[in-house]
Amino acid sequence: MKTITVRYFAMFRENAGLDAETLSIEAATAADVFSATQDRHGSKEPTGHCKVAINDVMADWDSPVNDGDTVLLFPPVAGG
Amino acid sequence: MTATQCCCSHRLQVADVIVMTADPIDPDELRKQLFDRAAGAYCGFEGWIRNENEGQAVQRLEYEAYDPLAVTEGETILAEARRRFPHLHAHCVHRTGMLEIGDCAVWVGVSSPHRHEAFQACRYIIDQLKVRLPIWKKEHYVDGNSGWVNCERCAEHAETSS
Repeated sequence: MKTITVRYFAMFRENAGLDAETLSIEAATAADVFSATQDRHGSKEPTGHCKVAINDVMADWDSPVNDGDTVLLFPPVAGG
Repeated sequence: MTATQCCCSHRLQVADVIVMTADPIDPDELRKQLFDRAAGAYCGFEGWIRNENEGQAVQRLEYEAYDPLAVTEGETILAEARRRFPHLHAHCVHRTGMLEIGDCAVWVGVSSPHRHEAFQACRYIIDQLKVRLPIWKKEHYVDGNSGWVNCERCAEHAETSS
C-alpha cells in the first residue's frame, strides 16, 4: 500500500466534492491512481483527454508513483 | 533568459515571460514591454470573452488555473517558440477569475526583426497554451446553467500549427 495525496481541479473537484484527499492504495502508476479515484467518485473521463502531474511536475499516465507522492489530476484543459 | 541591446546601450535582460493574473489585462500597456530598436514587427493576439458558445448564450466565463504548473508549462512553450521561430521578445498574460463579455482573457505579444517570425511565434504560443496549460473555464449561461468547456477543437488547431 502507498499513501498518495490526490488533488482535484475544476470538473474533477466538483465531481469529488473536495479539493484533495489522501488515499492508501495499491498503485504502480499515475493511471492506477486516476482509476482508483474514478472508482471512488464515479467519474468516467478517459485518460486521453486528461493530464496528470506528480509533485508539481507534468507526468505521463504510465509514470510510476511512490509512497508520499502528490498526484494532481487535471480534467480536459481549456485555456485562452 | 535572453539579452538584447537596449537603446541606451545598457544590457537589457528580457525574459520570455508568462504571467497568470486575476487583474484586468491591458494590451496597450503590455505591448510596450516588447519595444526594441531591433524589432521591425510586433504581432499581438487578444482572446476575448464572447456572448455565445455552441448555440448557448453566455453571460460570463469563470477561469480556474493551477498557477505553478501553468507558468512552468508556459515557459516551456515560450522556449519552444523561440527555438522554432527566432524572435526578440515574447510575453503572455492569462486571466483567472470571473470575466464578463468583452473582457480580455489572454494576451500574447511577440516582437521580431521581421513579421514572419512574429506571426508564427504568436500563433504557436496561443495554440499550444490553449491545449497544454492547466487552465479550465466554466461557462455561465444566460439561462442560469453552467458547464465546463472541453477544448477538443483547440487541439486540432495546435496540431496544424506545430
